[in-house]
Amino acid sequence: MTAAREDFREILRLVRPGARVLDVGCGEGELLDLLTREKSVDGQGLEISQAGVAACLAKGLAVVQGDGDRDLDDFPTGAFDYAILSKTLQQMRDPAHALSQLLRIAEQAVVSVPNFGHWRVRWALLVTGRMPETRALPEPWWSTPNIHLCTLRDFVELCRELDLRIDACSALSGGKPARPIDPGHPWENWRSETALLLLSRRGAPPRAPAPLDLLGDVLPPEPAPKPRRKPKA
Amino acid sequence: MTDSAAAAASGEIQGEVMRFAANKPLRLDSGARLAPLEIAYNTYGRLNAERSNAVLVCHALTGDQHVASVHPTTGKPGWWSRMIGPGKPLDPDHHFIICSNVIGGCMGSTGPASMDPRTGKPYGLSFPVITIADMVRAQAMLVEALGIETLFAVIGGSMGGMQVLQWAADYPETLFSAISIAAAPRHSAQNIAFHEVGRQAIMADPDWRAGDYEAAGVRPEKGLAVARMAAHITYLSEAALQRKFGRELQRDGLSWGFDADFQVESYLRHQGASFVDRFDANSYLYITRAMDYFDLAAKHGGALTEAFLNARKVKFCVLSFSSDWLYPTAESRDVVRALNAAGCRASFAEIESDKGHDAFLLDEPQLDATLRGFLSAQAQARGLG
Repeated sequence: MTAAREDFREILRLVRPGARVLDVGCGEGELLDLLTREKSVDGQGLEISQAGVAACLAKGLAVVQGDGDRDLDDFPTGAFDYAILSKTLQQMRDPAHALSQLLRIAEQAVVSVPNFGHWRVRWALLVTGRMPETRALPEPWWSTPNIHLCTLRDFVELCRELDLRIDACSALSGGKPARPIDPGHPWENWRSETALLLLSRRGAPPRAPAPLDLLGDVLPPEPAPKPRRKPKA
Repeated sequence: MTDSAAAAASGEIQGEVMRFAANKPLRLDSGARLAPLEIAYNTYGRLNAERSNAVLVCHALTGDQHVASVHPTTGKPGWWSRMIGPGKPLDPDHHFIICSNVIGGCMGSTGPASMDPRTGKPYGLSFPVITIADMVRAQAMLVEALGIETLFAVIGGSMGGMQVLQWAADYPETLFSAISIAAAPRHSAQNIAFHEVGRQAIMADPDWRAGDYEAAGVRPEKGLAVARMAAHITYLSEAALQRKFGRELQRDGLSWGFDADFQVESYLRHQGASFVDRFDANSYLYITRAMDYFDLAAKHGGALTEAFLNARKVKFCVLSFSSDWLYPTAESRDVVRALNAAGCRASFAEIESDKGHDAFLLDEPQLDATLRGFLSAQAQARGLG
């Protein structure tokens, strides 16, 4: 596994063996393939591109060609143990709706988001006065697919708004091994390049993540910022 | 030598007719019973010792059992020769491929041109109206008679894809995998409308004689040809027609009359004229009727999901073509949505093509690659070499 796919290694760690997994935006199926081989999961992918779908089929993976923005609504409630959304939430038209859908379809969601509060992003904006282009967010503003960027603090706040519980969180930075973090800690909003979170519905019975139960129900000590707009629940 | 000729030379193609005696009638959805029953079928390859490599290919409206061997009437290669053969997605070296003529057809299976045992004359319009489920029930009898408990795959395009979906609803325990291509879970108003045009063309032909043309020694060739011409337009995309013919003329200048001035007219006339050599008008009426009656959800209170509730162990592959306006992608998506809701594992892809509905019969590398990938993964899961 390449260093760039540390997020895969972390997802592998989080997912229970034999679980039913939906990978939203599964691309060519690398992660699903890995999960199938190493964790014997019963996997299903959702992918928008025909090339990606063809590659998945060639690997023997079950994949549906479709658009995560639209087609999550078609999956039945509780069909999966995990729904994975890796680095695409910020590209979706309605991230709040997508998150709600993920946790309707699956018991837990594994979501990774690039952190716009990372010091490199803040520094780039402060020093150059231009939209930041960083290791994690390399495209210029006019061609980036990221239309809904957020900071780690924003994301934690959205989870609270949607009544979602953060069961585990780790930071991923430039191919280094994942580092378990408290997503509510202000310092982590500076130093985490990408955050990978395990989420569940607050009402759902607690289900321990594979190794570390960092937070459970505990939310950040700092006062949460007021949302500018009430997200759709 | 063509692939199919090579396979024939090696003795691997078998053309047979399975006969079911009067005491084993086919029970039809209409309540009627069909007996005796004959099912004409071809096989390619050999059934392995475990009987685990059988693949049933379901043909479309005007197809037949000659899926990968030379057609006895036209002398042309089988209609899916490009999909079946050594090294192709369906490989007689690995699979035991079965394709049977649907009941109601005219290539050897019991149909309106068959002898009615009660009268000693051809059935004609006294042949009972059949459904897609009836066709599948007959195929299931054939598969059982061949000693096959589980089909590794059932695959088909268009009406063949409808049969695949019906198989999944009615015989899920018999299927390991199911592949439905360019199909729909029901016939739409537009689908029925086009078929009605075809049927009216046949019935308006004076030679049709209320279906008794056989006794009079004539055939409603003009009506059947028009039916085929109208249907053929629905199999192609506007882009494909335009690319192929545009406004090109048959000869220099216009005729200032009603000859086939345009190449597209000549092409359609040829399609119609050659079709009547190999197809029976009454069969066309019965099979289009079966397709019009097709509505997989109807038997399940209108909920398509219910049709698939017992098919959770079947691995599905649903494919559509972007330019197919006869059975558009939205229809396949309905199937996938229902499969997902039923808890079935389904793969779905919309293949980019500008060739329209007929793309499933044509050179579409993406279709081949997709089928190859799905089938080889299923073969591995099934333990086939």
